[in-house]
Amino acid sequence: MLDYIISKYNFWIYVVLMMIGLYAMIGKKNLIKKLIGMNIFQSAMILFYVSIGVKAGATVPILSGHGHGHVHEVIEVAKYLNPLPHVLMLTAIVVSIATTGVALATLILIYRRYNTLEEDEILKIRKDTGV
Amino acid sequence: MAEQFAALIIVVPLISSLLVPVIGWGQKKLCYPWVVAVLVVPLICSLGILNTVLTTGKFSYRLGGWAPPWGIEYAIDHLNAFVLVIVSFISLMVAIHSKKSVEKELSEKTVPFYTLFLLLVTGLLGIVITGDAFNLFVFLEIASLSCYALIAIGEEGAPIAAFNYIIIGTIGACFYLLGVGYLYIATGSLNMADLANILPDLYHSKVILVAFAFFTVGIAIKGGLFPLHTWLPDAYCTAPSAVSSLIAPLMTKVAAYVMIRLMFTVFQPHFSVEIVPVFAILGWLSVFAIFWGGIKALAQTDIKRMLVYVLVAEVGYIVIGVSVANRVGLTGAILHIMNDAVMMTCLFLVVGAILYKTGTREIHQFRHLNKKMPFTMAAFTITALSMCGIPPACGFFSKWYLIQGTIEAGQWVWAAALLCSSLINAVLFFRVIECAYLKPMEPAYAHNAGETHGEILRDEAPFTMLVPIVIMAAGVIFLGIFSGKIISSVIQFAVPASF
Amino acid sequence: MDVIYSSRPLWAVLVSMIAAFLILATGEKNRNIRESWTIMAALAKFLIVLSMVPVILQGKVIEYTIVTFYPGLLLQFRIDAFGMLFGVIASSLWILTSFYSIGYVRGLNEHAQTRYFFAFAMCLSSTIGIAFSANLLTFLVFYEILTIATYPLVIHSESKEGIMAGRKYLAYTLTAGCVLLFAIAAIYYMTGTLDFKAGGFIAGSGSSAVLIMLFAMLIMGFGVKAGLMPMHEWLPSAMVAPTPVSALLHAVAVVKAGVFGCLRVILYVFGPGLLHDLGIWLIMAYIASFTIIVAGFLALGQDHLKRRLAFSTINNLAMIILGAALLTKSSMTGGIIHMANHAFMKITLFFCAGALHVKVHKDYVSQLDGIGRQMPLTMGAFAIAAIGLSGIPPMSGFISKWFLCLGALEANQIIFLFVLMTSAMLDVAFFFPIIYNSFFKKPLDDVTPHFDEAPMFMVIPLVITALLSIVFGIVPDAFFRFFSLTSLAVQNIMGVG
Repeated sequence: MLDYIISKYNFWIYVVLMMIGLYAMIGKKNLIKKLIGMNIFQSAMILFYVSIGVKAGATVPILSGHGHGHVHEVIEVAKYLNPLPHVLMLTAIVVSIATTGVALATLILIYRRYNTLEEDEILKIRKDTGV
Repeated sequence: MAEQFAALIIVVPLISSLLVPVIGWGQKKLCYPWVVAVLVVPLICSLGILNTVLTTGKFSYRLGGWAPPWGIEYAIDHLNAFVLVIVSFISLMVAIHSKKSVEKELSEKTVPFYTLFLLLVTGLLGIVITGDAFNLFVFLEIASLSCYALIAIGEEGAPIAAFNYIIIGTIGACFYLLGVGYLYIATGSLNMADLANILPDLYHSKVILVAFAFFTVGIAIKGGLFPLHTWLPDAYCTAPSAVSSLIAPLMTKVAAYVMIRLMFTVFQPHFSVEIVPVFAILGWLSVFAIFWGGIKALAQTDIKRMLVYVLVAEVGYIVIGVSVANRVGLTGAILHIMNDAVMMTCLFLVVGAILYKTGTREIHQFRHLNKKMPFTMAAFTITALSMCGIPPACGFFSKWYLIQGTIEAGQWVWAAALLCSSLINAVLFFRVIECAYLKPMEPAYAHNAGETHGEILRDEAPFTMLVPIVIMAAGVIFLGIFSGKIISSVIQFAVPASF
Repeated sequence: MDVIYSSRPLWAVLVSMIAAFLILATGEKNRNIRESWTIMAALAKFLIVLSMVPVILQGKVIEYTIVTFYPGLLLQFRIDAFGMLFGVIASSLWILTSFYSIGYVRGLNEHAQTRYFFAFAMCLSSTIGIAFSANLLTFLVFYEILTIATYPLVIHSESKEGIMAGRKYLAYTLTAGCVLLFAIAAIYYMTGTLDFKAGGFIAGSGSSAVLIMLFAMLIMGFGVKAGLMPMHEWLPSAMVAPTPVSALLHAVAVVKAGVFGCLRVILYVFGPGLLHDLGIWLIMAYIASFTIIVAGFLALGQDHLKRRLAFSTINNLAMIILGAALLTKSSMTGGIIHMANHAFMKITLFFCAGALHVKVHKDYVSQLDGIGRQMPLTMGAFAIAAIGLSGIPPMSGFISKWFLCLGALEANQIIFLFVLMTSAMLDVAFFFPIIYNSFFKKPLDDVTPHFDEAPMFMVIPLVITALLSIVFGIVPDAFFRFFSLTSLAVQNIMGVG
């Protein structure tokens, strides 16, 4: 059982991180903390993807010496990491940064309007002003 | 030229959206004609694509010439060609309509608005056209991010609503991404057609089940399916009217499209129906969505908020059509994607016009609106009747097929929910019609109203607003009358052949 | 059976729809032009409908397909004798009502006249659509349009009372529409067709429990408009509408559309044979009888003239349904021809009520003492129609009652004979006091003791309808060939069933 858990440790880490993020997004009252939770959540996702591309003892997928007389060397797939998930994550990182950017901009708007980033205080202000 | 339509439909709005700031830098007023002109291109492209699909069958476009499954492929069949036309047509209409309301509501932010508007359209079109699961995620996020920003520039509570939407929307997108990751672990592919070939051997794998669960929840969040809709009412209601009339009809419909695509193309109906009991769950959730949306809508006095809750119920309609998992039900669902998009657009455009002219969204202040804005209110009435399922407007026909589907599936409660929803809609919309067309009932008002009765002058919405409204209202009738034609020439091929 | 393909049914429907939009475009400022659209459309419609009668009487049917949605699912017109009968009734009475309406709304200087005439024309369009529809789907489409088109007329006064009546009306009819939608969808799922067929088409497509449920749903759906108890409540409330509306729609077009639907269901969807096998005809007949008697008693208690007439309408509509439910040749003949006879008599009564309202602003039975001296033509017509409805010869009401009673005997159900007799007695009880008071009692103070009639626009139509109800009593086949159409329809149904 322990072996099973340990052998899949990358998944466990990502799940734990994801849950931390999810908790912060839902449970925290401070909007900045929610945003940080969202970032943790997205990082967990990225770690998950990165880890599924990894193989033990493998190297970066760059074919050395290709085209210099070694053409006939057999390419063993197991020797190289799978680059695709990593490449995908480049896009996902960009997406997550963009999301963070939009969220921060929104937070600035909120702060300007209510002078606070605590969710319950904002709700109270909105209630008091009758909106 | 024709074979490049699939690329142009994405590339043109994308590049043009980046050019909006350049154009707006010199002359702000040029943004509007630019956007309208640009949006004609996707419409032409999508019609070209639909025509190609209808004449030669499905085809695919390889981006950069890379062969699938390595390269990104735009796989086009009847279903997404059909949805592409809907998306591009409605976005053009909303763009035409947006001129005055943007000038009034967002006078300082015209340039960023139109930039984001085009980006949003790009995202929506991309979601629909792509045949690659990861690419879909990217477009989904392009659409969502522009959506977040567009909502945040709205009225008083908009930033809060937008922030909530960001948080929940990100969860949805990440869940979708996780689903893609699990599928990739199991199959090593991201291409939908490729996945569809590999998956049947793996249907009993737990990895696939997990992936499926993540997909379902992720898309349900994006599409605002009960009980994951909580972000939706505030976000759509506080958005500027030009924004909500674009996202309210389209975002939910595109999410419904993704659901159909994943459940019936990537996974086979055999899996989605027999191995996982997902449709029983989704169907019952939709029933709750219909009632909850309807009841919440009844409690609203703000017409836009009312429409937003009606939208929640309408999402339930489509999902019921998917959940009955038979040919006629799915026909109804796809038909309703179109019908509801048209009806919702029309209603939101009308609300935008009323807000522009009178500055109010409170239903009880709509007195004499029929005299002030006769054409707008006529369009509203036609669409409202369609929402109540009165033939020959299009709402009746989607309801007809959906009910056929529930009968075939033996789901009587679902059928009852659909019927009750028409009645709830009748109450909702006739309340508005009464306020707008008839004298107020309160004697306190009646006195004043009686005096001003003869002096109410026509004060119709500006031409740029009226044209799209009238076109959409005419569409409501025409799509109803020609629904048979649409089904026999397009939709019946869009329904997966395995039914 | 010979089928003739012609677009005439479509034009019969479209002519008033086009007129409706012309009316809307013309507007309040040119009201003479606007009214001329109404009259022209009414005449054109009537001529188109009438031109098809001879063809139908030769035993042919006229067919026109508007649009096909799916195999077996199409919007189609098919005119048979039964549909023709209803079409002739509605279109002929529209002409008279149009003239009457003009007198009425101008006499009272009503507001929103454009909306009024627009909605009226739309109503007639959908009524003719209902009459000519070939299948349940087409029927439902026009039935729902009729529901909506009537709404602006019910709430015409825009008073609190009117709006409430409108809400009640919509609540009843839209719910009914939903029930119908479900039932029709289920029938389509079970049989793959929705086409009306003389003698029924649904037999054998489901277990008897399912069929009974569907029958109940269909009758519920159509019965609402037909004022079948306990779903009648909207009708008396809707009497707040202007009188021409009550006259044509709540005595002829709308409620008859409901009855027409019930009869289509009984005779053309289920058919006499199947209903006999299922044994629900008797239940149906009892429900109808219940409505007949109770509506009669309720009518006695109404002081408001139009509400009294409304209950009398409910009573007569149930009689038509009873005729169909008894499933014998004579009872069907009686029921179907009563659709025509009742229409002419009841519209006369409503016209009279409207004339009284316009001329002397009297709405209550108790105010009518001696009014006959001031308005002899109106009250004379009222007397003729009232006597006719009570089933006294030589008025046309006698013909239908005669056949209905024969039918009750043929069906070996003496009890229904008593129901019909009681109903006739009740008719006498709630109509004759009005006649007596208006002619023979000492006039009230505000009654002008000499001849002072309502506008001629109103009086002439009501005199014509009253005379026609005498003519149809003596020569049932006069002018419009109602009797031939009826016997042809019955022949078709019985020939198969």
